[in-house]
Amino acid sequence: MTTPPGGRLTYAYAVLRSGSLPDAELCGVGEAPVDTVTEGPLAALVSTVPAAEFGQAEVHERLEDLRWLEATARAHRRVVDEAADAVCVLPLRLITVYRDEDAVRGALAEHAARFERLLAELDGRLEWGVKAYTQAPEDRPEPYGPPTSSAGSGRDFLRRRLRDRQVREVALQEADGLARTVHQTLEDAAERSHLHRPQDARLAEAVGSTDGADGGAVPRGRNVLNGAYLVPRERASAFAETVAELAARSPALRLELTGPWAPYSFTELPEDTDRSTP
Amino acid sequence: MTPPEDLPRSRGGAESRGAAPAAGPNAPVALIDLLDRLLAGGVVIAGDLTLRIADVDLVRIDLRALISSVNENVPSPFEPGPAGSGLVRGSVE
Repeated sequence: MTTPPGGRLTYAYAVLRSGSLPDAELCGVGEAPVDTVTEGPLAALVSTVPAAEFGQAEVHERLEDLRWLEATARAHRRVVDEAADAVCVLPLRLITVYRDEDAVRGALAEHAARFERLLAELDGRLEWGVKAYTQAPEDRPEPYGPPTSSAGSGRDFLRRRLRDRQVREVALQEADGLARTVHQTLEDAAERSHLHRPQDARLAEAVGSTDGADGGAVPRGRNVLNGAYLVPRERASAFAETVAELAARSPALRLELTGPWAPYSFTELPEDTDRSTP
Repeated sequence: MTPPEDLPRSRGGAESRGAAPAAGPNAPVALIDLLDRLLAGGVVIAGDLTLRIADVDLVRIDLRALISSVNENVPSPFEPGPAGSGLVRGSVE
């Protein structure tokens, strides 16, 4: 894309109704003040970003920098979730960038019908994340000692290794079953649900290590459920209680509740896939 | 001290805090949870620049694993799959 004069592009965070805008002053990517672009009944939260960072080629390069990605993602989320605290917002995908505000207006007009339906669908609802982990290996009974614990032939060693592995597989299958039960219960407690892929432990560690606040040293076990649940605002407490009850009933799992989030995981209309008439 | 990613407490989060297992609603958000939502969620509309999953494929190795974890071509663990597939599919190290 051609760089506009001044070298600034317009980063769009979220779509909302122009009649219900958040009062709070929001701070966006690169600490830029967040502005509102209005087109009829719809509005977008935007801020300007340097073209030197957010041009097409530049973004490709920057994406390889996890710290840059993290700073951008946290700024994006801060704007979206602070706005979502007050009003219904439709989060946009990370790094949706336009050459100027007119281009944002054009997008609002072009997708007006879809935005309106989604806003109606999501009004008054927020997303909660629930993850389940197997308990960390050191918390589980280990019937077989480490290979160096006693003298033995190589064959004994291999046999122990095989048994250890079988024990762990059985434990994981049990955790799998428990996670399904947890998910089914939460599905019933929520309006909609969306399953994210379980998180890769090594990746969580790698990503977590850049995040000083997260205390990445906690052993997490294997992630067997990574669910997102859409819950009406007034039922948030009841939902959290359901999670707490499930945690108490499932000592073999460790449950983690995150949120409330803006409805990031519910931005597709459920009927989009099978709708034949408008 | 207020955590950097603290959420406003004017709604359900505050009162449910004690009941929440492990990380509560007001806990700082882990980057991996954020990327789950921000790279796979949100409305995709054509911008002059819109991040697509394919764009991120070039990203360094650990992120590549994340992207495959949000790729729609990878079957959901809860859907019926070949025998032996499921939540615990994959190597047990």
